[in-house]
Amino acid sequence: MKWVRKGVAVLIAVLALSFVTFLAFQVLPGDAAMLRLGTNATPEALETLREEMGLNDPLLVRYGRWIGGVFTGNLGESAVYKRPVSELLWQVLPNTLLMAGISILMILVIAFPLGLLYARFPGSAVDRAGAMVNQTMMAIPAFFLGLLISVVLGLWFRMFTPGAFVSYDESLSGCLTYLIFPALAIALPKAAMTVRFLRSSLLTERSKDYVRTARSKGLSEGKVLMLHMLPNALPGVRTFIGVIVSEIIAGSIVVEQVFGVNGLGRLLIRSISNRDYNVVQAIVLYIGIVVLLVNSGMESE
Amino acid sequence: MKKVFACFLLPAICMIALCACKGGTKKPGETKDGGAVVVGITQDLDSLDPHKAVAAGTREVLYNIFEGLVKPDKDGKLVAAVAESYEISADGTTYKFVLRSGVKFHNGATVTADDVVYSLKRCAGRLETSDPEVQVVPAFSVISDITASKDGDRDVITVTLSSPNTELIGYFTCNIIPKDYANQANSPVGTGPFKFVSYKPMDSLVMERFDDYYGSKAHLQKVTFSISENADAAFLKLQAGNIDIFPYLTVDQASELKGKFNIETGSMSLVQGLFLNNAVKPFDDVRVRKAMNYAVDKQELLTMLNGGYGTAIGSGMYSTFGLYYDKSLEGAYPHDEAKAKELLAEAGYADGFTFTVKVPSNYVYHVQTAEILVNQLKKVGITMKIEQIEWASWLSDVYKAHNCDATIIGLDSQLAPSDILKYYIGGSAKNFMNYQSTDFDTNYQKAIATVDTQAKVDLYHKLQKCLSDDAASVFLQSPSLMVAVNPKLAGYTFYPVYVQDMASVYFKEN
Repeated sequence: MKWVRKGVAVLIAVLALSFVTFLAFQVLPGDAAMLRLGTNATPEALETLREEMGLNDPLLVRYGRWIGGVFTGNLGESAVYKRPVSELLWQVLPNTLLMAGISILMILVIAFPLGLLYARFPGSAVDRAGAMVNQTMMAIPAFFLGLLISVVLGLWFRMFTPGAFVSYDESLSGCLTYLIFPALAIALPKAAMTVRFLRSSLLTERSKDYVRTARSKGLSEGKVLMLHMLPNALPGVRTFIGVIVSEIIAGSIVVEQVFGVNGLGRLLIRSISNRDYNVVQAIVLYIGIVVLLVNSGMESE
Repeated sequence: MKKVFACFLLPAICMIALCACKGGTKKPGETKDGGAVVVGITQDLDSLDPHKAVAAGTREVLYNIFEGLVKPDKDGKLVAAVAESYEISADGTTYKFVLRSGVKFHNGATVTADDVVYSLKRCAGRLETSDPEVQVVPAFSVISDITASKDGDRDVITVTLSSPNTELIGYFTCNIIPKDYANQANSPVGTGPFKFVSYKPMDSLVMERFDDYYGSKAHLQKVTFSISENADAAFLKLQAGNIDIFPYLTVDQASELKGKFNIETGSMSLVQGLFLNNAVKPFDDVRVRKAMNYAVDKQELLTMLNGGYGTAIGSGMYSTFGLYYDKSLEGAYPHDEAKAKELLAEAGYADGFTFTVKVPSNYVYHVQTAEILVNQLKKVGITMKIEQIEWASWLSDVYKAHNCDATIIGLDSQLAPSDILKYYIGGSAKNFMNYQSTDFDTNYQKAIATVDTQAKVDLYHKLQKCLSDDAASVFLQSPSLMVAVNPKLAGYTFYPVYVQDMASVYFKEN
């Protein structure tokens, strides 16, 4: 029952989201037909094309047509590429998902050991030095970190070739190797946040009664931390990571641009400036669903 | 990485074998056939159907795949392509093209008169069922009939006009495509020196040498146009060695690449201007427009933008048009702040004024231009505010609705002098600066119809003088184009139209 209620809530939110996106395009100047025809457009040609693309129909009719298509599994065709939207998405979505996956993995691998280490020795030199690095990492925006990584690791140390991205369908290993670097740019600031969150959650647990009991049983400090404090701190951390995951999925757009990753973000930006409504709608829908699902799934019960 | 290696190795091995057979007759620096090249571009293609492509960035790529009856050579002359020869009647009302025999499409079919008539009609918007996305060539509206006939065993295409136009030949670069071929947008077929292999949106377009090309065949075996989201991303790829040829370098980038790449400099063949809306205050006053012209220091602009390359212009044409271009106007408005202030005072703007310039944000070059001009205009008391807008907004707001004080843009042209001046015709939808001059309009119509070369030259000089005297806008420059070329390559050629001709490029023997 709870899951049904959640499902309905997600559905309503997604519908509202897609309608708002639809509305937003009404406010933006310029339309798809005019972009297609460019500077040579005659009023007649423009009118015919608008009619053909269905741009002349009232807003609600167009929205209805689109959402009707979505429920029957048809996302429509891209006005620019003349290909089904689903085909375009298939070309880029795996790249974005792989990148997001790698960065989530990196966050976990970096954040847990460090968070536990700092919580084990609070106030120590390690903890204080760590806090400083942490603070710096959190302050750097991902896109700037991306540029730094491109220049330092890419151009100076030649660890990878900036811009030489290969899509997953050409070479999966090549794609994964390349994606390590953009994923790093996404992961570092988020990992820093997670470290801090984990450390402070663990420290809050520290002064609780059950910890004292565990210690008085004669357990070592390390065992107390791993076996007692960590399990109790986890639910909060899980919610926090949920937020981060949805941020990564929505926020990889800029990093994709920096690294020239042919992903969802790049397709989205390009489709917005092309007024390629069907593509934009589909991507917003996708991001919306993912964010909502992750959030409602990660919510503490 | 393995794949890339294979691509390079295979032709290399073939080359070694080939050279060995010839007994090493080739000297270093000489032409070598084969090889693969990656060209960096910063705009995705808007359509692979050449008649639907709008962006200059698309046409520069498709130039390699498609050809018209005629095509431009590097000096701006039109040379025979799918047509073997052409003839314009003395009164300028009939164009006759004799088709080259045995020209092949990339799909193996031979080009027929039917294909040519179909292609021309499609460009002229004269097919029975017209596709609204096809870019109709406005100049073709004077065509009254297109017919095919036989002269012996040769096919002849006759184009009849309803009123004389001696410059229409410049538009017969209109690409020839197979009749009724429906898949042009996904798998384009033309007659050019390269044939289409594959296209991946936002990623790349690959083409291969067309071995049945009628003319001198391309040297390179394979060319990949690699699409980057913007110039910075492309520049990274270039530095990393993943791109062999990259046009549109900035001055700073060019100097960074010295030694690693050859930097070739040519012209963009554009009229770049600060175009003023002649219908709104204060630009409805010719004195204000003149003051703007005196206030702008074009030499400084050239130095800052292009490192001194490029040509300052004084009217709406650039030097590619040869005889028709009036060079004397280049110095019509020397940089003179005192004079500018004087004119402003006369017009009642002694304290200057404020206006907004709308600049399409996707063209970094124009945005940079705007930033330089802001400082120059400030010196005479004029405050220019920059509003960066999306290309979509530029088309609808500025170009269509003429809703702006001023804009900065580059105007390109077909190889017909009337084409670059079409923007100034009174009442024309393209006249986004709302320029009005009955003198200009009458002389323009006369110039198009005139047969005698000298009379035509005189008329075009008059037209340019008219724009300059009226200070229709601030004509800035014909910008230079800097291209990075892998030092192993040679033969990169500039054209007076905006294209990347890969057929002339080759690897040097080493």
